[in-house]
Amino acid sequence: MDIIARLNQETIGKAAKLPAFAVGDTLKVFVRVTEGDKTRLQAFEGLCIAKHNDSIGSSFTVRKMSFGEGVERVFPLFSPVIDHVDVLRKGDVRRGKLYYLRGLTGKAARISEKARVFGLAANEGDVASAADMPEEAAAPVEMPAAEAQPSA
Amino acid sequence: MPNTSRHGLLAKKVGMTRIFAEDGRHIPVTVLQVEGLQIIAQRTVEKEGYSALQVGGFAKKASRVARPELGHFKKAGVEPKQKLVEFRVPAGELPAIGTELKPSHFKAGQLVDVAGVTKGRGFTGVMFRWNFGGGRATHGNSISHRSHGSTGQRQDPGRVFKNKKMAGHYGNENVTTQNLEVVRVDDEQGLILLRGSVPGAKGGFIVVRDAAKTKQASAK
Repeated sequence: MDIIARLNQETIGKAAKLPAFAVGDTLKVFVRVTEGDKTRLQAFEGLCIAKHNDSIGSSFTVRKMSFGEGVERVFPLFSPVIDHVDVLRKGDVRRGKLYYLRGLTGKAARISEKARVFGLAANEGDVASAADMPEEAAAPVEMPAAEAQPSA
Repeated sequence: MPNTSRHGLLAKKVGMTRIFAEDGRHIPVTVLQVEGLQIIAQRTVEKEGYSALQVGGFAKKASRVARPELGHFKKAGVEPKQKLVEFRVPAGELPAIGTELKPSHFKAGQLVDVAGVTKGRGFTGVMFRWNFGGGRATHGNSISHRSHGSTGQRQDPGRVFKNKKMAGHYGNENVTTQNLEVVRVDDEQGLILLRGSVPGAKGGFIVVRDAAKTKQASAK
C-alpha cells in the first residue's frame, strides 16, 4: 500500500496547486485545451456542488446555467489539464453535496455568501494567498487532509 | 517446438491506481514490484534436455528455508528467495547465474502477457461462476431462483456430458491476461506499471513475459 501511496503522491505533486475551496463556492476553473498544436485556456465558471475526496481519484463538480440549461462538469482534482482555479465567491452552505440545486432555478437556486472572518476584502487574490498557507504547511502530512480543511 | 522467446520476470502485485496522461486522460494501472530478482540456475540441453533459466525473487529469511533448498541457493551464491520460476529460453548463451534482473527488461509501450493465480471464490453457484441467468423470482418458483436449468437430454445419452457448466469451485486458478501495455518501468523503485488489471490478489506472485500473440516491433 505504501508504494501506491507514494506513486499517488508523485502524481499529486505534479498537479497544479489549487486554492482551498469548499462546496458552495463559486469557482472559475481554467482548463488547458489543445487544438491542433496550440494550447489555450478555457474557463468554466459555476458553483461547486460536490467534492469527492479519494486521494488521486479526488474530483469536484461544478454546475452552471448555460442558456437556461443546467450544465455540470466533473473535474479530477489532480488532473494535469487544470491550469488554475479562481475562487470568486465563498458560499454559506450546510451540506456537502448540493444536488438539490438540480431541481431549482433562478432565485431558488441562490446560495448566500459566507460571512467573512477576517475583513470584507472578498477578492480571489486574498482567498488564494490565505489558502496557500495551510496547504503548504500541511503538505508533508497527507494531501486529502489538507484538502479537507475549510479555508479558515 | 522451437523457442525464440526471451525470459520474463517474476513480480508481486502491489495494487492498482491511476496516473494521468498529458492530455488529462486517466490511465488505470496495476503496479507490480520486482525485488531481488536473480538467475538461480540454468537448464541446459546437455544436462536436463531442455534450455531454460530458473529465476528467483524476493528475499526470504534463511531460517525459514528448508536445508536442501538452502543448499540450492548456496550453490548459486545468492540469498534465499521466496519464489522460483522457470522460463524456457532458446539454447545457446545463457545469462550467468546470479545476474540481477530489473524492470527495464521491458520497455514502456510494449505489450506483455501476465500470469497469476486468481482470487479463490470457494464453492460458487452457476450464476456467479458461469453467468447463468438463474430462475424466475415469482410465478410459483420453488427454491430454484439461482439454480441452473436442465443438465442434459433423456435416456439417450442418459448421462451428463463432461465439462457441463455447473456449480463448483471457482477461482484460485492460473490465468494469463494477454497484451497488457507497459506504461512505465522504474528500476530504482523496482516497479512495473501495466495498463489494466492483473489476475490475483495484492501480494500475489505474477509472471510477466513478452506478449506471445503480438508482433513486437521494438521489444529488443
